[in-house]
Amino acid sequence: MIQTVLNSIPTPNFEYALLSPILIMFAAACLGVLVEAFFSIEKRRFAHLILIFTSLLLAFFAVVLQSGPSGRALVANGTVALDGPGWILQGTILLVAGLSALLFAESKVDPLGDSFASRASTLPGGQEEKIVTKLGWAQTEIWPLFSFSITGMLLFVTANDLLVLFVALEVMSLPLYLLAGLARRRRLLSQEAALKYFILGALASAILLFGSALTYAYTGSLEFGQISNGISSANNAPGLLTAAIALVAVGMLFKVGAVPFHQWVPDVYTGSPTPVTSFMAGAVKVAAFGGLLRVFYVAFGALVWDWRPLIWVVAGLTMVVGSVIALAQSDFKRMLAYSSIANGGFILVGFSATNRPAIAAVLIYLIAYSFATVGAFALITLIREQAGESSSLIRWKGLGKKSPLVAGLMSLFMLSFAGIPLTSGFTAKFSVFTAAVTGGATPLVLIGVLASVIAAVFYIRVIILMFFSEPIPDGPFVVVPSIFTTIAITSSAVVTILLGLFPQVIIDLVSSASVFLR
Amino acid sequence: MIATVIALPALSALLLLTLGKRSNKFGPGLAIAASTGSFLIGLWQFLQMAARPEEERAVITTVYEWLAVPAAGFKVNFALQLDQLSISFVLLITFVGTLIHIYSLGYMSHDENKRKFFAYLNLFVAAMLLLVLADNYLLLYVGWEGVGLASYLLIGFWQHKPTAAVAAKKAFVANRVGDFGLSLAIMTMFIVFGSVSFSDVNQGISGAPAWVSLTLGLLLLLAACGKSAQFPLQSWLLDAMEGPTPVSALIHAATMVTAGVYLIVRSASIFNASEIAQTAVVIIGAISLLMGAIIGAAKDDIKKSLAGSTMSQIGYMVLAAGLGPIGYVFAILHLITHGFFKAVMFLGAGSVMHATNDNVDMRRYGGLSKVMIFTTITFFIGYLAIIGIPPFAGFYSKDHIIEAALSHSWWAGAAVLFGAGLTAFYMTRMVVMTFVSKPRWEDDVHPHESPLSMTLPMIVLSIGAASLGIILTNDHMFEHWLEPVTGFVEPEPPFSIQTITIITLSVVAVGVLAAIWQYRKIAKVAPKKVSLVVAAARKDLYGDVMNEALLMRPGQGLTRLLNIFDKSVVDGFVNGIGSFTGGVSARLRRSETGYVRSYAMSIVLGTAILVVALLIVGL
Repeated sequence: MIQTVLNSIPTPNFEYALLSPILIMFAAACLGVLVEAFFSIEKRRFAHLILIFTSLLLAFFAVVLQSGPSGRALVANGTVALDGPGWILQGTILLVAGLSALLFAESKVDPLGDSFASRASTLPGGQEEKIVTKLGWAQTEIWPLFSFSITGMLLFVTANDLLVLFVALEVMSLPLYLLAGLARRRRLLSQEAALKYFILGALASAILLFGSALTYAYTGSLEFGQISNGISSANNAPGLLTAAIALVAVGMLFKVGAVPFHQWVPDVYTGSPTPVTSFMAGAVKVAAFGGLLRVFYVAFGALVWDWRPLIWVVAGLTMVVGSVIALAQSDFKRMLAYSSIANGGFILVGFSATNRPAIAAVLIYLIAYSFATVGAFALITLIREQAGESSSLIRWKGLGKKSPLVAGLMSLFMLSFAGIPLTSGFTAKFSVFTAAVTGGATPLVLIGVLASVIAAVFYIRVIILMFFSEPIPDGPFVVVPSIFTTIAITSSAVVTILLGLFPQVIIDLVSSASVFLR
Repeated sequence: MIATVIALPALSALLLLTLGKRSNKFGPGLAIAASTGSFLIGLWQFLQMAARPEEERAVITTVYEWLAVPAAGFKVNFALQLDQLSISFVLLITFVGTLIHIYSLGYMSHDENKRKFFAYLNLFVAAMLLLVLADNYLLLYVGWEGVGLASYLLIGFWQHKPTAAVAAKKAFVANRVGDFGLSLAIMTMFIVFGSVSFSDVNQGISGAPAWVSLTLGLLLLLAACGKSAQFPLQSWLLDAMEGPTPVSALIHAATMVTAGVYLIVRSASIFNASEIAQTAVVIIGAISLLMGAIIGAAKDDIKKSLAGSTMSQIGYMVLAAGLGPIGYVFAILHLITHGFFKAVMFLGAGSVMHATNDNVDMRRYGGLSKVMIFTTITFFIGYLAIIGIPPFAGFYSKDHIIEAALSHSWWAGAAVLFGAGLTAFYMTRMVVMTFVSKPRWEDDVHPHESPLSMTLPMIVLSIGAASLGIILTNDHMFEHWLEPVTGFVEPEPPFSIQTITIITLSVVAVGVLAAIWQYRKIAKVAPKKVSLVVAAARKDLYGDVMNEALLMRPGQGLTRLLNIFDKSVVDGFVNGIGSFTGGVSARLRRSETGYVRSYAMSIVLGTAILVVALLIVGL
């Protein structure tokens, strides 16, 4: 009896080569745990660095080598879709995560060590904390956590099944909750952020799961292609399915930080260690939008006329609320958090077009934005005062006189965010707005244009502060980083300029790969 | 080929900036060579173009495909448009630019950061060339921002002076306002026409509804006001005089500030399609030309007085550009002659400052004609040109604008005529106070003529200021030259041309005599008891107050409002719901972070709204 039941379960069929980027990162994470267990404390950091950068490179090569037309397939019994967008998203995530990893590895800018608490279990401000800090201990568990999270992301953007999607989401998010709480400085704020992120994230996950269950209840399947078939065979969308779509939407929109599911973003971005923030604003954002794209274009694509008006409203709200509230911020990290929300709105504008250019546009925006945002956060880590990073905007007055290079690079990223031509931000905004106009969302584009004008004000204000104001007497100082942060900042700047000067390369690459498999 | 005109100074700037101090020795030389090279290539292009028949003169060169979205049928090329209008600018920019590079060699010889100065000058030349050569609005915008950037860098070049830093900031902010106009205009074009190239917009505008040309016209006018220091965005130009004098001559007199005029003339088809926008341009030009002249007449600072004059002269050009096809050609003609005579006067002012320990107060000049012979003669030629005495260049360009204005309306004509009188007044005042009257120098000042590297550019420019008018208007050459690009209609003034010339010259004579009479005696300190007009003019006619009221206050108010909104309304509202539904929890924690339960509440509410909305949509 048992034997017959067992025999009726098909043996899963794994295309190991095609899945190798995910598997490499997963193996790296498992090996990282072993490193924690078997390496002496002095050698751990070095071993982790070797492990993480090797695996990121290997995974990236695996993506590059296999992403050609022959490598596009539904694998693992149709639960994972390795198509053009999937490969591009995986590649982007690996690159951007690599830049964040460089920031994770930086231990020269802070005299106390890297950006993470020496030991997470010590009481903030307590005696024990002082002792372990003095001993120079480092929390090397961040590395396996980081690898697990990347594994989750790589799976999340290619998941072709609601259950796989959910598992991937959790694999990606759980390490993030922990990482968010590990800041070396201002630990209370950091722990509070982590807890908030966890509670709200759990709520959103629950909503997503509920939505998935309802979808299954209506269509009888969890696989995107089957869901799509199930929907198109129905004449109209009954309440059950509508509710399912709305709930799935909420789960995904929470992750991308769209209004009104955005409030966690400023708190978490501000509280987390800056390298982790760069990871969240960069790689996680790419993953979240990648997942959103696939779910709505593939699984719920047949009901586009039902959900599109809502995306319009959410996109408009997100752009306007993000930009307008960012105007009033006095803390740079918090401002970037609202900027990240607003940028999410611009991406949603492209998303709402629901045509082929829209997929390409969203991908281009994600690439351009994620590099620039990692660069901006990397620069924050260099502008310091005795108590840690100096992110209060008012204290940045006259920074251009102290360090023209840092202020100049920061201006570059600000100009890119503001969408000034010849920077990647322009290419990105241009793509989404073009896609939206062809997709018939002209009113939304008008709102987007106005919102980007508002947004330009607070980006430009940073430049004015840095270059055209007198420095304050005991203002922050700029530290010279090690090779890690230098590489991260240089690469972000180079990508930002190249994508502005010669955008056609990336536009062609992405446009040729902007079809989802189903 | 034409791309090298831009590439030469751009590469030189890049090289000087990356090499840093290592390029101190050869930096200035390289910068001058790059600028000269640009001029020579430009000249060659001009000769080639002139040799071609009229209909083949305009050439578009695509350097590379910049942005293309095939699926949307939209593309913007990195393409340069070389036609009669743009080559005129190329020659003006590179020629005057090169001379000012040479002049800076002497003027900045003692500055330890001079290679940086030359790098910025090169950067400016490259950006300005991109601005005038672009074949679409988007690329023009890149150049537009580029000249702005170079301008802020150069105004604030002496950053150790707080006034210079403040001036740079002000220029930045005022220009941003204008730039928003331009970027909104470009986005409007993109949405309406699906293209931003000049040719597509020109074609599209004829079939577009009236609101399009009106909106675009007003937005472009706003952009022009910011860049060209026209009312109500004029106040930055006077402060910009904090920059080194060669900068004032090149950027804030001869070239960059005239970009607004270029923009209007280049967008002729848009303005031709909207009479309201055209009238707005004429009004702005008229207000600016009178305001600038009044400010110029009240300032004792020689550079600020010249800056007022620049604003006023650009007012003439803007007004002419607003007149439509009867004015475009003359706007550009005046722009070119002004480029020469104003540059020579600025360089003259720099030479005078060089001689008097960087004093800018005209009340402490006087009698300099005896010690600075070249400076005096060249300045005087510039003076005769600007007040419009035949046969100097300004006579031809300004007289044509007056004719065109008179054929447009009586009030435009009256404004330009009155402006001509004011110009004569403040310029005579300047010449009298600086060169003619009794010496009123500070005790430690020993004026001397400037070195050859400074006088030579002044001499060359003054030759242009003297002769360009005759050369360009001979046999209507310039009208014919530009007509294929801008269109041209012969103005039909209500009086004969001779009558107009006589009226103009009499008005000018009155201005000159009034100034000579008024300034027969000059106090070393500006008199305190003055009329209301003079008092207002000394304060830039309250330009700052106005900007503050129009731009700064609303901005600050908005920010404050947002802050309150953010703190009390958003948080309060959300918290309110949170505490209402989630049970009362009065424990207040640190107030700067929100409550997680209220965030959760917002998510749940949002979900509920989304579900309900979707259900409604689905029905």
